[in-house]
Amino acid sequence: MMRFIVRRLLQLIPTLLGLSILLFLWLHRLPGGPETAILGERATPASRAAIRKSMGLDDPLIVQYGRFLKQLLRGDLGNSLNEKRPVLDLFLERFPGTIELTVTAMIIAIGLGIPLGYLAAKRRATWLDHLSVGASLAAVCTPIFFLGYLIKALFAVNLGWFPTFGRQDTTIDATRVTGFYVLDGIMTQEWDAALDAMHHLVLPGLTLASVPLAIIVRMTRASVLEVLGEDYVRTAEAKGLTERRIRGRHVLRNAMLPVVTVIGLLTGGLLSGAVLTETVFAFTGIGQFAAQAIDNRDYPVMMGFILIIAVVYVLVNLIVDISYSLIDPRVRVR
Amino acid sequence: MTQLARKKIAKLERLAELAAVHANEGGESLWREAFRRLRHNPAAIVGAVILGIFVLVGFVGPFLVPFSPTQTGLGFVSEAQNIIPGPSAQHWFGLDHQARDEFSRMVVGARQTLLVGVVATAFGLFFGCLIGGLAGAAYGLGGKRGRSLDNVLMRFIDMLLAMPGLLLAVSIVALLGPSLTTVMIAVGFVSIPTFARLLRGSMIAQANAEYVVAATSLGVGRRKIALSHILPNSVAPVLVQATLTLATAIIEAAGLSFLGLGNPDPATAEWGAMLTDALARFEFAPRLAFYPAVGIIITALGFTLLGEAMREALDPKLRK
Repeated sequence: MMRFIVRRLLQLIPTLLGLSILLFLWLHRLPGGPETAILGERATPASRAAIRKSMGLDDPLIVQYGRFLKQLLRGDLGNSLNEKRPVLDLFLERFPGTIELTVTAMIIAIGLGIPLGYLAAKRRATWLDHLSVGASLAAVCTPIFFLGYLIKALFAVNLGWFPTFGRQDTTIDATRVTGFYVLDGIMTQEWDAALDAMHHLVLPGLTLASVPLAIIVRMTRASVLEVLGEDYVRTAEAKGLTERRIRGRHVLRNAMLPVVTVIGLLTGGLLSGAVLTETVFAFTGIGQFAAQAIDNRDYPVMMGFILIIAVVYVLVNLIVDISYSLIDPRVRVR
Repeated sequence: MTQLARKKIAKLERLAELAAVHANEGGESLWREAFRRLRHNPAAIVGAVILGIFVLVGFVGPFLVPFSPTQTGLGFVSEAQNIIPGPSAQHWFGLDHQARDEFSRMVVGARQTLLVGVVATAFGLFFGCLIGGLAGAAYGLGGKRGRSLDNVLMRFIDMLLAMPGLLLAVSIVALLGPSLTTVMIAVGFVSIPTFARLLRGSMIAQANAEYVVAATSLGVGRRKIALSHILPNSVAPVLVQATLTLATAIIEAAGLSFLGLGNPDPATAEWGAMLTDALARFEFAPRLAFYPAVGIIITALGFTLLGEAMREALDPKLRK
């Protein structure tokens, strides 16, 4: 097992190296070149020339790439043009928010999606089935930022049940420990702070959950339908097993394998969705930060964002691979 | 390769293999049989009707609109006082925040939206099929050297397939600078790996078919076999995917607009840009957001319904 993990980690090196080359070229080919990325678009020709010289932009490309890689390995992603602070620090401050949001969305999507998909399959061709299939189709076809505005207008602005923006009420004086507001509140036993942070997570979480929820419902439904037609389910029924036992032991356990895979696949989409959702709810996570950077043409931040997303994606892949090898030992041989 | 990439690929390969499943006992061709099944599927009919209306509006609508979509000052609008006139007999959907006729903008916007979706998909389809077709032909007919060419192309494609789509599009727009063309390229680029994987898989599934063996034994050249025998028999799954991609392309283009990476010309009537504009005024004029949003949702729904129905029509498992 250890050997498998080490081998998978070693396999990451070429992937990340390839990514660093792409990022380097991307930064290099940006309109105006890297000096624009550092000075901004309104720089004078003289300061441009100066920075080109001091950065060694007239060196051979390969030398420049070496330098770029060395900086990356030291965790130096440059400074934000807007905030004049290291990009990495800015991201690390905002990361907990995004993790809280995506985990909330995943809990909603899995917690609602699997039972709904199961029920839709079990009661095939009833109103419940048609409703969940229709609603999931509609959810996939709705631009997520519009859905966010709609949910916000209804539940936050009109009904006033939830806050309209942010991660926590500014009037709450909460102690910060980890940056995860809910966790902080629980750890320091400031229950009102924890509850308020959760309250702030509901609407953005629902918005972000819409697409994964729709996909999980359809996936579970299709998968359960397939398993329900299997001989072993009929045998279990013939043996007179209780409905609950058949559902748990025979149907869901077998139907879950493809669903688990899809849940892993959804991570990439969740991060894209987080950019839009966090913007709608002014939720201070890395997605909203990246959207602002796009708006301000803050290239170092944009590059940092792409890099961080790629690393997260690679890590999620690694975790999925390891969990697969735990479920299915054959994977380790390949 | 990671498990997730493998699963994504496996899904595409499964669709690709459908091209190799051949005519039923009645000797009916794959196309005719699939078409017959489509006609009996209500979802396909709903999808086709939606798209028919959308395309008709896109083509004919701009000649029939009562006002120019760019003509401002059609009435009194004051954002400071939250005054934007609603629907009336003269302006069916009311005016927008610049006192332009919303109905005319919606109709003309249909054409723009259709254009973005179709050009983006065509871009992805073209380059995806170029790469996928080359890889598929090389793998199926090129022997050992062909297989290594296929290997190189597919590693590249798999890398692209692993990236989240919107982020890939964002980095392309950042690179090329926002414009209408950039949006189409960025959204299209995201779909290249899907099309490439699909056509390659579909062609490899065909490569061992009897008619290919027959053509080879008759001495037909390899290029001719690839182009005029295998390729025409491999396109069905690609067409299904293209239909589904049209839906995502329209939604993704709207997402780019929302992030400020869409067409920078505010006069152009395009649903994604109109939606973004309207959301800034959602509190006091929500109707302005609903028109383009409903347009996008219904259109995407039409493409998705038709695409899913086409996939079902091709799938032998469901042919009963």
